[in-house]
Amino acid sequence: MTIASSADHPTRRDFLFVATGAAAAVGGLATLWPFVSQMNPDASTIAAGAPIEVDLTPVAEGQDIKVFWRGKPIYISHRTKKQIDEAQKTPLSDLKDPATDESRVKQGHEQWLVVIGICTHLGCIPIAHEGNYDGFFCPCHGSQYDSSGRIRQGPAPANLPVPPYQFVSDSKIQIG
Amino acid sequence: MSGPSDYQPSHPVLKWIERRLPIFGFVHGSFVAYPTPRNLNYWWTFGAILSLMLGVQILTGVILAMHYTPEATMAFHSVEAIVRDVNYGWLLRNMHATGASMFFFAVYVHMLRGLYYGSYKEPREVLWILGVIIYLLMMATGFMGYVLPWGQMSFWGATVITNLFSAFPYIGDSIVTLLWGGYSVGNPTLNRFFSLHYLLPFLIAGVVVLHVWALHVAGQNNPAGVEPKTEKDTVAFTPYATIKDMFGVSCFLLLYAWFIFYMPNYLGDADNYIPANPAQTPPHIVPEWYYLPFYAILRSIPNKLAGVIAMFSAILVLAFLPWLDTSKVRSSKYRPLAKQFFWIFVVVAVLLGYLGAQPPEGIYVIAGRILTVCYFAYFLVVLPLLGKIERTKPLPNSIADDVLAKTGSKAVPMVSTVLALIVAGGLLVGGIDTARAAEADTPPANKWSFAGPFGKFDRGSLQRGLKVYKEVCSNCHALSYIAFRNLGDPGGPGYSTAQVASLASEYKIKDGPNDQGEMFERPGRAADYFPSPFPNEQAARNANGGAAPPDLSLITKARSYERGFPWFIFDLFTQYQEQGPDYVAGILQGFEDNPPADAKVPSGSYYNKYFPGHAIKMPKPLSDGQVTFDDGAPTTVTQYAKDVTTFLMWAAEPHMEERKRLGFQVFFFLIIFAGLMYFTKKKVWADAH
Repeated sequence: MTIASSADHPTRRDFLFVATGAAAAVGGLATLWPFVSQMNPDASTIAAGAPIEVDLTPVAEGQDIKVFWRGKPIYISHRTKKQIDEAQKTPLSDLKDPATDESRVKQGHEQWLVVIGICTHLGCIPIAHEGNYDGFFCPCHGSQYDSSGRIRQGPAPANLPVPPYQFVSDSKIQIG
Repeated sequence: MSGPSDYQPSHPVLKWIERRLPIFGFVHGSFVAYPTPRNLNYWWTFGAILSLMLGVQILTGVILAMHYTPEATMAFHSVEAIVRDVNYGWLLRNMHATGASMFFFAVYVHMLRGLYYGSYKEPREVLWILGVIIYLLMMATGFMGYVLPWGQMSFWGATVITNLFSAFPYIGDSIVTLLWGGYSVGNPTLNRFFSLHYLLPFLIAGVVVLHVWALHVAGQNNPAGVEPKTEKDTVAFTPYATIKDMFGVSCFLLLYAWFIFYMPNYLGDADNYIPANPAQTPPHIVPEWYYLPFYAILRSIPNKLAGVIAMFSAILVLAFLPWLDTSKVRSSKYRPLAKQFFWIFVVVAVLLGYLGAQPPEGIYVIAGRILTVCYFAYFLVVLPLLGKIERTKPLPNSIADDVLAKTGSKAVPMVSTVLALIVAGGLLVGGIDTARAAEADTPPANKWSFAGPFGKFDRGSLQRGLKVYKEVCSNCHALSYIAFRNLGDPGGPGYSTAQVASLASEYKIKDGPNDQGEMFERPGRAADYFPSPFPNEQAARNANGGAAPPDLSLITKARSYERGFPWFIFDLFTQYQEQGPDYVAGILQGFEDNPPADAKVPSGSYYNKYFPGHAIKMPKPLSDGQVTFDDGAPTTVTQYAKDVTTFLMWAAEPHMEERKRLGFQVFFFLIIFAGLMYFTKKKVWADAH
């Protein structure tokens, strides 16, 4: 700008320029918002991410199933007595990301482990019933999880997360 | 672009860069210190407006491409998904679709300004020709973009325009097959048009760089048409031209926003809300308004090849303009005859545009031929001759002189404008008469709560309309773009989440396959869509006497009727855009048990006063007392029609209330901003005068 303005003597002209510049900045920023907001999940994606119900009756002891919720694989494991015992007896001092087994299952339904099957290292899907801990083994970089889905060995920093869920009845859960 | 600049940045980092890449000096020399004639008027701001529009189109286009599916069975659906589900998707789509029209509007103003002030003359021939190339690229881009929503007009527009190439002898058919990538317009065509529609704007941007480069070499023309001689004739690009351009842009944004927020479908065609159907051509194929003059030229020539050649020549002739115009004087300000002919040419072009939208019959064909001759005569006869015979007025000595003597008479342009308007009016009288003949069949205009800039849907009416749809219409008509969750969305019928869930659970939705590989039925959820009454179109057709009942999701936008001249011009200002709802309400009430004696109604059809041709396959759907209302609203056909139409208008545009509300806020801001820009511009220019 070739217009001279002095900070010592704000003039009416300075005020006008500042006001116009401020209006342009506000308008520009407000215009930017729709262009950013459109990147978020759209209404149909959000609606499709509503809670789902899963019937547990077909899952026998020692078996597990994989269901999808919001595009994420969810492992639902029907744990054996041995798996439950191992999970409960492991001292917290052995764990990289300490958490009790009780905190990862629903009380009265200890045989059911529900975890998001995404390795906390870099997002691969761990394989169930593999590895040294009677739990999950991630083929990508060798992370191993125990029968409570807790990280025991390998590069992953944290336990497999537990999704929000609740028991609707003894044999049915609602995820989400 | 104006030679080496002596500008040196002071910051050491900038200095370091500048020594290696003199970009700051380049920008400073081209867009800050660059001298512009001081007498430029507001017609010169359209260059900046066009740059803005190119930017807006590329930005919104890239974003729309993130959500769009270029596949024949999904394209139409994905555009609706953008408008209904993507955050601000309706806004981005409106910006892009009406943006194309605004881009063309601005380019026409820009071109006519060049024509009037002789901006194509030596030494600006290359600048002008680059502009013609940009215009051609814009036409190709606009055409391919219009195909992408894959509605009826998209499909048939693509068919008609690609068939233009079949006019060439021997190789025509091969060219057309090559363009299509098939034996007809289909998925490969759509896919490649999408690719090219994405590519061409970047080519345009490249040519724009050349265009600006050429401009900065030759310098800007100006209203006086005399080259700047001394420093007194020019002002620095920044702040003078920039601030003036920005004021021009802020005014232009007001016009743009008017279309985005209040008349988004005014410039489009209702038929394009009907998904592409290769088995049925719409009764009346029209291109977008910006191609209409050329379309009129195409149709006025009775020979196929000659018509195509004439149409392309009408554009290409522009490239030869620098040599066709023989006058030494640039600006029409000093050319009394050229000025008159210029305005006559403008009127001819507008009238050709009007004719391009009319059916090719009777008086329209003759008028089209006369105007086509006039169009070409302007370039090939008038301009070459005028230079020889016209006695021009004396030119000012310099631009500074022109600025000082700014009191020229205003009477002459008025005379020619009035003359031109009389010619236009005279030629249009025929049009009005034809339009009036059709008026008897036009559905009556209703008073809709959702009309106008502050219109809102009447919640009660929406809920009653849903009931009418569920109990009556849904027996034959699908509503497949509406999910149950939409019934709880803001701006809709206003049901609570629990009400939506219980409403959805009344429906049986087909799902699967289950673990046994079988499809099964389960109660509906909020995320499900209204199930269709028939499994496929063939079944729908078979069950309804050969006419498939249309999906009602978009019916109020997909139906319209001709408003005719001059109504369509008034509509732009009154925001009347309820032809669709009026038509739907009209059809529902237009059944007459005793058709007029002269009406021919084939068996299996029913007489309807407002249906085109009057013979409709749908039997009278509504009768008094058929649906009961809890809120005490009258149970009459009139009320049913009104309610179900309101509901269907919401179904066609669920975000209408949001659109109008945001529109008001944007206008509030833009008016204040344009005002601020005006005073800022005045203050900045106070130094220059």
